[in-house]
Amino acid sequence: MSVLESKIPEGPIEKKWTKHKNEINLVNPANKRNIDIIVVGTGLAGGSAAATLAELGYNVKTFCYQDSPRRAHSIAAQGGINASKNYQGDGDSDYRLFYDTVKGGDYRSREANVYRLAEVSSNIIDQCVAQGVPFAREYGGLLDNRSFGGVLVSRTFYAKGQTGQQLLLGAYSAMNRQINRGKIQSFNRHEMMDLVLVDGKARGIIARDLVTGEIERHSAHAVVLASGGYGNVFYLSTNAMGSNVMAAWRAHKKGAFFANPCFTQIHPTCIPVSGELQSKLTLMSESLRNDGRIWVPKHKKDAEAIREGKLKPTEIAEEDRDYYLERRYPAFGNLVPRDVASRAAKERCDAGYGVNKTGQAVYLDFKAAIERYGKEKAFTSGHKNPIKEEIIKLGEEAVEAKYGNLFEMYEKITDQNPYKTPMMIFPAVHYTMGGLWVDYNLMTTIPGCYAAGEANFSDHGANRLGASALMQGLADGYFVLPYTIGDYLAADIRTGAISTESEEFETAEKEVKDRIQRLYNTNGKNPVDYYHKKLGKIMWDKCGMSRNEKELKEAMEEIKALREDFWENVRVTGKAETKNAELEKAGRVADFLELGELFAKDALERNESCGGHFREEYQTEDGEALRDDENFRFVSAWEYVGNPRDAKLHKEQLEFENIELKTRSYK
Amino acid sequence: MKLKLKVWRQEDAQDKGGFQNYDVDGIDGDMSFLEMMDVLNNNLVNEGIDPVEFDHDCREGICGSCSLQINGEPHGPDRRITTCQLHMRKFKDGDEIVIEPFRATAFPVIKDLVIDRSAFDRIQHAGGYISVNTSGNTQDANSIPIEKQDADDSFYAATCIGCGACVAACKNASAMLFTSAKVSQFALLPQGEVEAHERVINMVNQMDAEGFGNCTNTGACYVECPKGISLENIARLNREYLSASVFS
Repeated sequence: MSVLESKIPEGPIEKKWTKHKNEINLVNPANKRNIDIIVVGTGLAGGSAAATLAELGYNVKTFCYQDSPRRAHSIAAQGGINASKNYQGDGDSDYRLFYDTVKGGDYRSREANVYRLAEVSSNIIDQCVAQGVPFAREYGGLLDNRSFGGVLVSRTFYAKGQTGQQLLLGAYSAMNRQINRGKIQSFNRHEMMDLVLVDGKARGIIARDLVTGEIERHSAHAVVLASGGYGNVFYLSTNAMGSNVMAAWRAHKKGAFFANPCFTQIHPTCIPVSGELQSKLTLMSESLRNDGRIWVPKHKKDAEAIREGKLKPTEIAEEDRDYYLERRYPAFGNLVPRDVASRAAKERCDAGYGVNKTGQAVYLDFKAAIERYGKEKAFTSGHKNPIKEEIIKLGEEAVEAKYGNLFEMYEKITDQNPYKTPMMIFPAVHYTMGGLWVDYNLMTTIPGCYAAGEANFSDHGANRLGASALMQGLADGYFVLPYTIGDYLAADIRTGAISTESEEFETAEKEVKDRIQRLYNTNGKNPVDYYHKKLGKIMWDKCGMSRNEKELKEAMEEIKALREDFWENVRVTGKAETKNAELEKAGRVADFLELGELFAKDALERNESCGGHFREEYQTEDGEALRDDENFRFVSAWEYVGNPRDAKLHKEQLEFENIELKTRSYK
Repeated sequence: MKLKLKVWRQEDAQDKGGFQNYDVDGIDGDMSFLEMMDVLNNNLVNEGIDPVEFDHDCREGICGSCSLQINGEPHGPDRRITTCQLHMRKFKDGDEIVIEPFRATAFPVIKDLVIDRSAFDRIQHAGGYISVNTSGNTQDANSIPIEKQDADDSFYAATCIGCGACVAACKNASAMLFTSAKVSQFALLPQGEVEAHERVINMVNQMDAEGFGNCTNTGACYVECPKGISLENIARLNREYLSASVFS
């Protein structure tokens, strides 16, 4: 029998969460004052969890590696947040949001969790508005919506191209209120180095003060990991430079199972790689696909001429363009889900139709939208026969009002004006659906250790839909965890403060210090980035947008060899007792070098294609992903037993009682 | 291109610090300024010298981590961007570039180019929030219609990324643009009205306590602000403060 107990409540799906809330244990307000909770990470999930737990009365300590909680990488989310408000009256409902999310995830997520997410989604918008989050509004003063990929309704709330920053500032303001009350102690510029278990329960962490280098012990009755995803295992991604897997990986090594590591999202619309020394990739929000049309030249000779700089995209006639998403997927067109759009771009570029110097780019064109908006604007302002220049001027203004900051960012980075020439885009690593395995209560396989937001695995299956990450982060933090954690802590009301003077803390601290020392005891040949870049290349080439058995096996060997070389030859400069960015990076890359191998193993053992996981051996005749529900309708939860390659597989079978399993089609 | 860099090095808050000269080569116009710094640091590590510490994270102009005074200007010569979005095509072969931390008493240097901006956090602890429970039992979001203009102005105030360029640009190292943006976001919304008086007083008091200078309306903050936070916010803060002082 599997050791995985998902703890999904009984009953019809729309009643499960209410029933569960009614039946679980509560901690009375007086007792909450005697209970401490550590929250690692202060993005949307961690920030909202910390604020809510503190408000309920628990004593909360937050940890983030940034200099302020407000800088966590949720801040960079652009496009929006989904909610089944149905303000547009276009047929939306909790069920439809649930259905779209399960289908979008290619039927590899847990029904009950996703339904709960849809159910609380409306509450998130109410909550954020009450906190003063300035969402976009219509002239009548009500909230505006737009549409995202993989759905047929407009349910996305947004704040121009920086919804993430506005929502995070909302969560941060809620944290500030609790910091001011003394209920949250925030430890900024601190990194969690290890999880401490006492009697098998998570009872604290070892953290490093990134300014002084001091190794600190912090105890609590429960530990919440909201430390984000592991996209930086690819080196180049849209993640922040500091985003890392350390907290989750340390927990994994202490007994938390890691689920579906190979489910990674490659986002279709990012600015293409420009050079060897590039450090990071920049996303162009999916919201642009509402109005932008994606194309490559229909004829190879045109693509070649463009690559050689002899032809401009604006010189290619309409009939010589291949709007390949509209051609292949007429029902969803440019708004197919991310995995589908990314693969389609790769297919065209691999076939020789790519458009930048490297051949690794496609166009995202706003010409049609500019003309459409321009005509509409001219018409509504009384100009029934506008001239072309006027249409373009008005149209550009309308597009600027919608996407101005994104266009500006594109221009700063590429030195090209996207109002006049189409944007060039290419897929890039963006989000990880995999993460720590959690049950319905968001608890990992370690009692008292919870995972929220991108750090867990539960809601997005094999592919996440746009504008759902913000929704999940805030749902977990504001509305799920604060309930479910009480069920566990109710047993701890008599425990009293956890001492940090125990043998367990002593040992954990020593392990952390030894590990740092090991990083200095090498031959000191190659900088940390040398290894990170090499790892990233292996991951992108062999575990990226399409995978096969041979290359995955090679990847496992190469990563193992690289890891061994790292521990022999990495060069870490400076001292451990000061601010030291090289040392910080070294610790993070060391963990990526282990995770990468498990990632490849997971991809190798999943002999099917689903969502972001595309195995070349398993595809339909027209190149679509071929799922195998009979043999792979499960979550792969890996138990650490020594080496990443020896990890032990546990399967959580996924039951679909409310949605019929179908081949996912957007045609 | 080849560049001559003059970089501020400082061991810790106690150290006096000083400039060091470094040459970098092979810099391409499409690289960002921070990628140029990566090249410098990679060279230094290879030579066994401690690399230059600087704050950075998202590298897409939104987290507000990166700072740097470049040739005397916060975030460098370009406008309406952070240092991570500054590209090397703004410089030419052979240029000398002076790189320093943001300078202000309230932003002490931690190491090299890394500064401590926690004073900004403390200003927000003092009142940068609306006292609403995070229970989700609030009224429906659309039951509070807000005029589009007010919602937009509130949003523009809220686009502040808290990088500190306004303070670094100001000859008095004043934090008025930052604080006024934070006050304005809530002052422009009906949800923020209830606590308006208390909020502005507490945040301004905290700002003063942190050792920021006074505002003398020179507007350098607005010029250097990567997000173009408007000076109208400062006017609004002054009105809010006055009204709070008179009526509370």
